[in-house]
Amino acid sequence: MPVPCLPSHTRTESSWDTVSGLSQNLPAGPPSLRRAAASAGPGPPAGQGRSPLPCAPRPAAPLQLAGGAEPARPGVAVIDLRFPHGAAADVQEIVFRNFYTAFLSVRVQRPGPGGSRRWVTCLRDLCLMPCPHTEEGSQDYFCLRRQQMLCDVDQVTAMRFILRQPSPVWLHFTIEELQIFPPGQKSPQKDFPSWLSQLTPPEQPASLHGELPDPEKVSTEVQQMWVLTEVIRARQAAARIGRFDVDGCYDVNLLSYT
Amino acid sequence: MLDPDRGLSLTIARVVQRLQGSSLHSQLERQARVSLHKPEIKLESLKEDIKDFLKTSGWEKKLQNAVYSELNVFPLPCHPAAPPEHIKEPLAYMRKAQGSWEKRILKSLNSMCTELSIPLAQKRPVSEQKELLNKWNEMGTDEPDLSLFRPVYAPKDFLEVLMNLRNPNYENGEQPSFRNHLGLIQVPLKVKDISELKEDFSELGLNIGQLGIDDSAQVPPEFFENEHVRVGQKVLAEEDSAAAQQYVRQGCPTALRAELWALILNISNQPEDILYYEQLKSNVIQHDLLVDSLIYKDVKLTASNDDYYFVFEDYLYQVLLCFSRDTSVLEHFTYSSATPPKSYIQGKLGMEEYAVFYPPNGVIPFHGFSMYVAPLCFLYHEPSKLYQIFREMYVRFFFRLHSISSHPSGIVSLCLLFETLLQTHLPQLFYHLREIGAQPLRISFKWMVRAFSGYLATDQLLLLWDRILGYNSLEILAVLAAAVFAFRAVNLMEVTSLAAAEAVLADLSTLKVMPLLQIFLFATVT
Repeated sequence: MPVPCLPSHTRTESSWDTVSGLSQNLPAGPPSLRRAAASAGPGPPAGQGRSPLPCAPRPAAPLQLAGGAEPARPGVAVIDLRFPHGAAADVQEIVFRNFYTAFLSVRVQRPGPGGSRRWVTCLRDLCLMPCPHTEEGSQDYFCLRRQQMLCDVDQVTAMRFILRQPSPVWLHFTIEELQIFPPGQKSPQKDFPSWLSQLTPPEQPASLHGELPDPEKVSTEVQQMWVLTEVIRARQAAARIGRFDVDGCYDVNLLSYT
Repeated sequence: MLDPDRGLSLTIARVVQRLQGSSLHSQLERQARVSLHKPEIKLESLKEDIKDFLKTSGWEKKLQNAVYSELNVFPLPCHPAAPPEHIKEPLAYMRKAQGSWEKRILKSLNSMCTELSIPLAQKRPVSEQKELLNKWNEMGTDEPDLSLFRPVYAPKDFLEVLMNLRNPNYENGEQPSFRNHLGLIQVPLKVKDISELKEDFSELGLNIGQLGIDDSAQVPPEFFENEHVRVGQKVLAEEDSAAAQQYVRQGCPTALRAELWALILNISNQPEDILYYEQLKSNVIQHDLLVDSLIYKDVKLTASNDDYYFVFEDYLYQVLLCFSRDTSVLEHFTYSSATPPKSYIQGKLGMEEYAVFYPPNGVIPFHGFSMYVAPLCFLYHEPSKLYQIFREMYVRFFFRLHSISSHPSGIVSLCLLFETLLQTHLPQLFYHLREIGAQPLRISFKWMVRAFSGYLATDQLLLLWDRILGYNSLEILAVLAAAVFAFRAVNLMEVTSLAAAEAVLADLSTLKVMPLLQIFLFATVT
């Protein structure tokens, strides 16, 4: 029976620092990886105007007790991530795709008081799979924003993702397509039309008993209505035409497999 | 996961985009323009006055119904980074399984095509077009030779595929352990247990009136039925989809059912809808598809042999043939795990300008497909309305019953839910049936794939489909299947073979659906 070496969930923060000694026991990644500019693996499309920070996350490494006889399946894995050339960066968003990880904690290394660098937990035990024995959430996309973090994530030099999967039924677990986005870029939502941000909040209709309306107000409101109608008219409607043939011809002989 | 604000704006933007080209949009614009002539609309408060006018004239309600319908049908927007196939089906191995299943179907159809030397689609000669137009209303009298055609697949073939579905990342050990499920489905999907089902289906509780139970002859109608009918008429007068959906959870009175279902599905049978149906009819007349023969064969084998549905044979052809030509059905493939089959006309393989979907709606019918339409013929007699109701029911519910996906209403989850419920609440029965080689899912699968159509008496089936619409979910099918096993448990414990078990469960036409559901969910001692 392999020695269960799953560390207890109540491990205190200070003891996590000893985990940093792990990186010396890991098989060293090829040096070229560290200098690679692109993030590992094909990422999801970043969208217009957004480029992820260049970083090189190492593959997830399971936690092992030093001196353990057989390789065990501890249910905890760690992904270390450093920015190239020791650069520091501000983090706005972390985007990744889950692969059977149940809980995620994130620690970042930041400059602390007195110039030294300290590890701080910015996300603790975020639940990715509500029921770890079942498939719910197992391959979903997630996005973590700096507002959800427990601490400030500026000037980060390194990040550590601690993955936990307490259920023994899964063979592997990790997170994939990890991308870090810095702030300052307008995050575009592809389907987010501009007029949505121009919608005025519900106004109280002005009481007009015995008073003439303010001409300025009237003209601004009429202008707004006009702008709205113009925008809506300019937008192409996505209506289907309903034709299934090509120029009146629909002679099909065999179905295509590709 | 999206945070709430962003998710809300994305949902709003998507709903607006979908409604923008629709006839409702142009009608609203026209109404707003017409209202400008009215004295109560003043220039200073133009926006507010028009909004009030639309509210009082009932147009806002129509818009609300349309928005509600969009929200019900389309899934919540996921993360913008998620590619389209993730929205269809988040689990990679299920996508792969659905892809290989579809490839098998394509191969089967192609081989039938080459064996019989019949093209998949061709233009009908003019004389044949005239003939078909003349006998459009009595296509059932036609007796074409369909002996060489065979259905592309039957539910039991599909069950074999589902049984072999495995997650490569799951530890499917050889030794029986807690990891292996005792039933036929071996994928670890999340299914609800009885306490969660009790909460979800709380309106079916013992202390709440139900049609199907509290309208029986022994119960005086003053207790429940009269009031329920009054409320139903009020809901119809209000024309509110959401209220109707809540109302039908307790069952629909027979007289109001057709209108209530149309309200929930947001079908209004406008002139443009009738025109659209006529357009589809002309498409049927112009082009002859191999799929038509499959439909003919299916109707002849299933609905025509059924005591309740054989009278509707002609309607079934009129609906299903038009359904195959309807390209608007292609929209549902954005949220279905399936992909429509593709082909190239005139043999021009690989050239995208000649690429078409076959059949035009992307759905290849299987054995028993016509049974999805047959019960609706009791409610709707006008072909275009019947057609629209069926199409809406298909793109909301029925497509999930014959595609591999991890959705909670998908057939895989329904099968797992059925097996889990049976195993948890009737463990002796489950064990016994397993021991004699009669896995319960082998018997109940065909019921669930057809949504019990053709197995229950029609009035009971319609009461069941009331609840499917009311709860916007197919899970009730799995619960009913387990309830039927629970009801016949005593007889089933005495059988010694799969054939005998099938015989015990062969005839469901005498069952009353609502008491079974109520007892199983709320009155079974666990």
